[in-house]
Amino acid sequence: MSTATKLLLARYADCAMWLGRYIERAENLARILDVNMHFSRDARGSQNWRSIVQLNADEKRFDKAYDVASYANVVNFYVLDRDNPTSIISAVRSAKENARSLRPLLSTEMWQHLNMFNNQLSTLSAEDVKPSELARVSAMIKEQCQLHTGITEGTFFRDQSWHFYLLGKRIERADQTTRLLDIKYHLLLPMDQTVGSPVDVSQWNALLRSVAGYHAFRREHPRGMSPKAVAGFLLFNSAFPRSIWTGLSEIDSNLHRLRSDFGLRAGNLAMELVDETRAALESHTPDTVVNFGLHEFSDYLQRQLNAITTEIRRDFCGFEPMTDSGMPDGQMQHQD
Amino acid sequence: MTGDDLLAAYNRGPHWCEILGGGGASSSHGDDLRTRLAGFSLTELMRRADLAERELYNLGITFTVYSERDAIDRILPFDVLPRILSADDWDTIESGSKQRVTAINAFLHDVYHEARIIKDGVIPAELVFGNPYYREQMRGVAVPHNNYVNVCGVDLVRDGQGRFKVLEDNARTPSGVSYVVENRHMMLRTFPELMEEMPIRPVSNYGQKLLEAVTDLAPAHVDDPQVVLLSPGVFNSAYFEHVFLAREMGVPLVEGNDLVVENDHVFMKTTAGLAAVHAIYRRLDDAFLDPEVFNPESLLGVPGLFGAYAKGNVGLANAVGTGCADDKAVYAYMPRIIRYYLDEEPILDNVETHICREPEGLKYTLDHLDELVIKPVGESGGYGIVIGPRASAAELDEIRAKVIDDPSNFISQPMIDLSVCPTLIDGMVEPRHVDLRPFVVTGKDTWVLPGGLTRVALRRGSLVVNSSQGGGSKDTWVLER
Repeated sequence: MSTATKLLLARYADCAMWLGRYIERAENLARILDVNMHFSRDARGSQNWRSIVQLNADEKRFDKAYDVASYANVVNFYVLDRDNPTSIISAVRSAKENARSLRPLLSTEMWQHLNMFNNQLSTLSAEDVKPSELARVSAMIKEQCQLHTGITEGTFFRDQSWHFYLLGKRIERADQTTRLLDIKYHLLLPMDQTVGSPVDVSQWNALLRSVAGYHAFRREHPRGMSPKAVAGFLLFNSAFPRSIWTGLSEIDSNLHRLRSDFGLRAGNLAMELVDETRAALESHTPDTVVNFGLHEFSDYLQRQLNAITTEIRRDFCGFEPMTDSGMPDGQMQHQD
Repeated sequence: MTGDDLLAAYNRGPHWCEILGGGGASSSHGDDLRTRLAGFSLTELMRRADLAERELYNLGITFTVYSERDAIDRILPFDVLPRILSADDWDTIESGSKQRVTAINAFLHDVYHEARIIKDGVIPAELVFGNPYYREQMRGVAVPHNNYVNVCGVDLVRDGQGRFKVLEDNARTPSGVSYVVENRHMMLRTFPELMEEMPIRPVSNYGQKLLEAVTDLAPAHVDDPQVVLLSPGVFNSAYFEHVFLAREMGVPLVEGNDLVVENDHVFMKTTAGLAAVHAIYRRLDDAFLDPEVFNPESLLGVPGLFGAYAKGNVGLANAVGTGCADDKAVYAYMPRIIRYYLDEEPILDNVETHICREPEGLKYTLDHLDELVIKPVGESGGYGIVIGPRASAAELDEIRAKVIDDPSNFISQPMIDLSVCPTLIDGMVEPRHVDLRPFVVTGKDTWVLPGGLTRVALRRGSLVVNSSQGGGSKDTWVLER
């Protein structure tokens, strides 16, 4: 390989990471809204839309802009609201803006698709996200994100930027899985009596479907469905693409490849953090996690993933860690 | 021509037409195209034009306008009917542009060293040394191969007699070349049957030619020089072009923050640490290049860059200080500059120019205000131009006052009857005025991209082709001999 191919601007590495991250975020948000709409009625048959706001730690900003956490308000906030940096439309726009900076390295097809996707989202109106349409819009968003993933897999040059792109994607995916797990306990913990009831099972079933994991789960667990088994599957399964275990080992592998294939010396501390997190995961079983508290364990994983991101950006890209501004880490995007 | 010739209803009027020629003599160089176009209905032509436009948008071949909360991408309107240049016409343009750039480079070397041309009284000293783009810091600085202008855009118009004339030189950071290449790609995709076996000279090697030229500017002792393209960043309206060129050259697109200077050497920040940079194609004006030497407010540049450059540790394309050669006032002296350095007659004439800083020029301008085009010398992009014959009495009074108030800020030129080209307008093929910007690339040697950017004034009768003023562009074909 020539020197020119081997070198990667630090800024590009950061943009590649955010590109992967924002698209993954948009896809997962679409999944969460979809599953909440269609499967998350509680024992009394009402939906809890505020839980999504809590899940994303967006209460402050949400309450400033809206009076109640109704369907219309929450869906507007997370799909259409351009002023909300954690909305799907903002995530895709941020993906496109990072792609604009990274444009010299992207394939024409990747860039063209992102443009079209972004243009398509900008034409959406409130009419397009009313309850009867949400399934269709969520499916469209998921499919466009998957199209992006496929085009990228098929056309993106496998230099360093590919690994940074994957790091962003995988960190976000793992983070989102912890959030999805958390939302169930969020919904159900206050009503212990319903755990194990038919409503409960259908909701865990829905959760698995939202991460395209229902049939995979069935192959591992042909009979029955306990919350513990589902949580265990999402945390520990080494073959499921969205499990925490898979995410961490992929993150580990990308960091290794950056060092072995491209001779980079950065990333020691990030790899130590990954090791530490994997060790914590290995020391647990589904039983101990539930005893420890699934919410607390999800929280721990999210903090670790944030620390890994900060460390990668610091060591490879020269970004000093952000002070906490109350914004989710991911919003501090490419212009810093 | 067949009866269903798409151009049958086309009336070029009193103008020279780029496809049909002018006056009594009709040109034959467009015949092949006309025969091929006869196979198209207007409806089909419009359908293809729509497809092309949508593709440009989806491909993001756009310039970006930023509002408070949104980045709005606009495409440069693209007209699908190409402009064709015969091999003979191209020979004139090519040799004339080379001659002009050679003279400009000799002029720049002179004004930053002995300044013979001023001592010999060919051009007034204040026009050069008093020029805001003259950079004192460049005095005595050695520039690789003595070539200051590595990329030059020579704006040409064709008059009613079919003669090409130079309207202005762009010797700082001329833009538009990405459209030349992308327009060609768009035509190849949208109109394969028009292009098949048509003997058109290719334009797709521009990036490689540019890379060769910029590589020529790296310090001689460096074996495998690292070249980068320095852009003001995503908020620059020409960012698409910067991306395009970086990709075509296969070099990193950097912003000021990606570079640092240590001990008068330039480095870029990579994931593996600092890596040396040896030559920079910069799309950043002089003023923003180095806050330590030029505009101290600039956040876009690189502190210390000029020091590294002056010591010869990094090459810059274009050199610093070229703006004093493409000024509209200096332009008026170009025929004399060519004769002075090259001892040759200009191959491409200037448009007749009256210099208002000279008493006879001012008098002529004021006496003939309603016949002339009056241009402020410091503006670009078509801003501030007054077209006398089309101006109201109030507008003429206003420009008269401005010219009297500050004569040296103005030149005037006769109105040129710009040539026209058939253009698809609202479902009709109509004549619209065009100009031409060939791109001249100079490292050790000089090369001219065959063709250049044809800009078209889409408004009926308009002579202003700038994209900021409602202009579009066309593919430009140079036929093989």
